[in-house]
Amino acid sequence: MAQVIVVTSGKGGVGKTTSSAAIATGLAQRGKKTVVIDFDVGLRNLDLIMGVERRVVFDIVNVIQGEAKLQQALVKDKRVDGLAILPASQTRDKDALTREGVATIIEELSKDFDYILCDSPAGIEKGALLALYFADQAIVVTNPEVSSVRDSDRILGVLQSKSKRAEEKKEPVKQHLLLTRYDPARVERGEMLKLDDVLEILAIPLLGVIPESESVLKASNSGNPVIMDSDSTAGQAYSDAVGRFLGDDRPHRFLEAPKKPGLFGRLFGGGRAA
Amino acid sequence: MSWLNFFRAQKREEAQQPPGTAAAAKDRLQVIISHERVSRGRDDFLPKLQQELVQVVARYVAIDPGKVQVNLERGGDFSTLAIDIELPGPKAQAH
Ligand SMILES: Nc1ncnc2c1ncn2[C@@H]1O[C@H](COP(=O)(O)OP(=O)(O)OP(=O)(O)O)[C@@H](O)[C@H]1O
Ligand SMILES: [Mg+2]
Repeated sequence: MAQVIVVTSGKGGVGKTTSSAAIATGLAQRGKKTVVIDFDVGLRNLDLIMGVERRVVFDIVNVIQGEAKLQQALVKDKRVDGLAILPASQTRDKDALTREGVATIIEELSKDFDYILCDSPAGIEKGALLALYFADQAIVVTNPEVSSVRDSDRILGVLQSKSKRAEEKKEPVKQHLLLTRYDPARVERGEMLKLDDVLEILAIPLLGVIPESESVLKASNSGNPVIMDSDSTAGQAYSDAVGRFLGDDRPHRFLEAPKKPGLFGRLFGGGRAA
Repeated sequence: MSWLNFFRAQKREEAQQPPGTAAAAKDRLQVIISHERVSRGRDDFLPKLQQELVQVVARYVAIDPGKVQVNLERGGDFSTLAIDIELPGPKAQAH
């Protein structure tokens, strides 16, 4: 049986799609058969971030409405074995997704994959509810910013009351915090909520901290999930998060601002990776 | 307290509270989220409370429902609920 993982946040634009692409790729790199589903019907974007936009033929709505077979709609990644993408529809609206339709798709995918990642749309309306409904685990993507933290807390409440596991009174959805766009320099200046504050408020286990990084934009420009950029801090932080998810013991990195090189460092080339 | 002590205390305080706004963000979040967790899953009771209060008061005095103000200030240790009902004065009641 596959594990269903929702990547969710409540608030928009905090890094769900970036994280879904990176984590799905990372799981496949570690040999886990992984499929990532774009639930943002009407605003398809995961295909671009994954760099497969030119190979999309069918989408999740076509499958639900019986216009295409699931196998036809899955786009197989050419870089990493065992990684596939199920794109969202670009032309329909969120009402085209039905709970029964999604249930059938997840059941079928469960036979072939180890992990099914669901990239949730923003909000707490129908699309987001459907993306989290079948989840066994949830990665809650949060930025160190008041509205994002508040919305994450709301989505935690939704996971505890409106998921299938909650409705069936099963073991609750396992929750993980992924703090993204963290800027240690601003934290040190007292301008940004620090990791400990967010952890104290949300009180769920920490999966990882992804630093603010220019390489995320470079990655999306080129359609290579940032985890493939193993020189970048964000890429390394995502690899660590995937490792932890699979049970590795990895210390958290990039929590402190890099020290400005002193005279010595400047003279002898204190070059550091972006 | 000697002059030196004063200086030290001042410095320590500064170290605990960085000059930025992150500390305010944390305090505000803690208060609002604890309130939202408590009220999670049940409807906001304020509209109903206001309606029922107006009904009770209206049994005794003719009041204008538009002149009822309900203000809530959510705090960490306690919250205050202030209800302001404007009652008609003797002039208005005369006719
Ligand atoms: N660690 C990071 N450093 C810098 N920029 C980032 C980082 N993570 C995400 N971004 C940027 O933030 C923006 C939003 O990211 P993304 O599309 O992944 O968010 P989302 O939560 O999926 O948004 P939506 O709610 O609209 O689906 C993008 O421009 C992305 O490049
Ligand atoms: Mg997205």
